[in-house]
Amino acid sequence: MMPLPLAIALAHLSARKRQTLVSVLGVALGVGVFIAVGGLMQGFQGYFRSQIIETNPHILMTDEIRRPAPQPLQLLHPAAAVAISRILPRDPVRGISGAGAILAALDAMPGVAAAPTLRGQAILRRAGRDYAVTVLGIDVARELRVTNLTKDMVQGSLQALATQPNGLVLGQALAGKMGASLGDTVVAATSAGGEHGLRIVGLFNTGLEQQDQSIVYVPLAQQQSMQGRPRVVNEIHLKLADITRSIPTAAAIEGRFGFKTAPWEETYARVLSVFRLQNLVTYGATGSILLVAGFGIFNIISTVVLEKARDIAIMRSIGLAARDIVAVFLVEGLVVGVLGVLAGSGVGFGLATLMRQMPSPGATDPSQRLLVVQSVPLYGLAAGLALATALAAAWLPSRRAAQTDPLDVIRGAT
Amino acid sequence: MTPALQAVNLTRVLPGPVPTTLVAGVDLAFAAGSFTAISGPSGSGKSSLLYLLGMLDHPTQGEVRLFGEPTAALDDEQRARLRLERFGFVFQFHFLLPEFTVLDNVLLPMRKLGRLGTSAMRAHAMALLDALDMASCAGKLPAALSGGQRQRAAIARALANDPAFIMADEPTGALDTRNAAAVFAILGGLARQGRTVIAVTHDQGLAATADRRVRLVDGRVVADDAPVAVPAGGGGGTD
Ligand SMILES: Nc1ncnc2c1ncn2[C@@H]1O[C@H](COP(=O)(O)OP(=O)(O)OP(=O)(O)O)[C@@H](O)[C@H]1O
Ligand SMILES: [Mg+2]
Repeated sequence: MMPLPLAIALAHLSARKRQTLVSVLGVALGVGVFIAVGGLMQGFQGYFRSQIIETNPHILMTDEIRRPAPQPLQLLHPAAAVAISRILPRDPVRGISGAGAILAALDAMPGVAAAPTLRGQAILRRAGRDYAVTVLGIDVARELRVTNLTKDMVQGSLQALATQPNGLVLGQALAGKMGASLGDTVVAATSAGGEHGLRIVGLFNTGLEQQDQSIVYVPLAQQQSMQGRPRVVNEIHLKLADITRSIPTAAAIEGRFGFKTAPWEETYARVLSVFRLQNLVTYGATGSILLVAGFGIFNIISTVVLEKARDIAIMRSIGLAARDIVAVFLVEGLVVGVLGVLAGSGVGFGLATLMRQMPSPGATDPSQRLLVVQSVPLYGLAAGLALATALAAAWLPSRRAAQTDPLDVIRGAT
Repeated sequence: MTPALQAVNLTRVLPGPVPTTLVAGVDLAFAAGSFTAISGPSGSGKSSLLYLLGMLDHPTQGEVRLFGEPTAALDDEQRARLRLERFGFVFQFHFLLPEFTVLDNVLLPMRKLGRLGTSAMRAHAMALLDALDMASCAGKLPAALSGGQRQRAAIARALANDPAFIMADEPTGALDTRNAAAVFAILGGLARQGRTVIAVTHDQGLAATADRRVRLVDGRVVADDAPVAVPAGGGGGTD
């Protein structure tokens, strides 16, 4: 036989089928929307995150120094009350000095791959039009160890830069805009002066707007001569075997070499903070649906408590304890919650399946569908929130039911 | 012999701007297996006395002793347990749970007590209903019963956990003469089984069928045709 509180709870609810149904639907709606929208958000963010991680260095060392080196005066009198203001970091020729030694040291670190890069601006000229781009001069052999760009190559290859001293690899989108294709030549101009003919040897398509439109790759030596900075490197790109170690590894490297070394989380801090805001808004909005559903549960249970005052009194007089009464109404909330979670999981699954058939907006590949994550933790979170809401909503009226003196009711009725 | 149930200087005052005295210094003892009818004018405190004796209410003064044991120190949980195991209540209105069948209503106290298995509980409930001529109504909802049937169902439920005490507050108030007499006959039978039965009634004819008649006026006992002698120190536990 089922436990007494459950039996009484079910009897109460089944005597109020319509009201119960409305409450269940409220919870189901909250859970369903939570699962669908949360899954969409996770899918989108996960895709974006993996694109960032795949197409960017896990750790980026640049030729900046966060803190100026301690001044000789401070070193001389470490304990003295000396304040030196307006120190400008000495940086006549920007660049990572001793890059060769740093690369050698990084190579010796297990699970770390490093590649030197010279980043600079250039104008690409084609058919009388100018396109401002960021040029990355790369050491092809080393770059292949830190980049996943090869995966996104649609024509030609990144490796071709190794054999083509004036080779150029750029996004398909940018090439399309310029009306250039593989094998064509474009002219690059830089602030260092001079014009350089570059030959397109590869086209990529990462799906990341900024990458596809404004980042181009040339061999390191070519970039150094274009920028007028022979033998200079201003970035070192690192890839880790274990991405979760990015923050401490970056800190250790910066501590050792002094150059600003940022894990991808820092480089993309703004994107990540947008994600956080997005999550806050999404879960806040879906959570408030659950909150409204909670009011529905509160409403139905409060009604039952009022209507059943006589029954509660008789149960107490028979010998059911106050906590049995609490249990009855908590179970009622739980039953509505569980039914809502079950129905809502179906709704969420249905919505997610539907969305997965919709084309992904802004995708470069038209056959690409919306990415909607469907995971046990997501369903679990939705269920947990819904059940917690249901229990909280049932708690208040059930306390009141238990605290009512049965004698007041019995006295009034006889 | 120690009385089964004993009121000692039992007093209940409702607090308020003008405190109302419901029960005023009642001393009454009830022998096991006795059938007592309590009567008195409306508002004389009959129901209030029954609630005190049945562990539903707390006295402001005095105490209730159960087989000689004081009950004042019991907490709400323990009092609920006592009601469940020892007391069966029958009220003027049947107070059955409307969503449950007669059988399920009778099963309710047994399920809470949890001493019997499912089939044993059902068998016991059916036996109780059968003894009250209610077996044919076991599957019916209270709404489908007549007044007399409802009251008999309520009696069956009061008997579910084989209580030592039956507290009936005007159990015949809503019944016609024939049904009222039947209910009192049932109560008398329960007393002969060894249960202590206390029934409130206005009806002098019905009261006459009990072993003993107690009359209350203004919360005081004014007449008692078979007082129970309490042995000195009985239940006080001082010697
Ligand atoms: N909640 C209450 N607030 C104020 N007074 C009350 C309350 N309950 C009972 N009383 C008063 O207490 C007194 C005793 O009431 P009680 O119900 O015990 O009498 P009774 O003998 O059972 O009456 P009846 O025959 O009408 O059932 C009455 O005067 C009644 O008006
Ligand atoms: Mg009364």
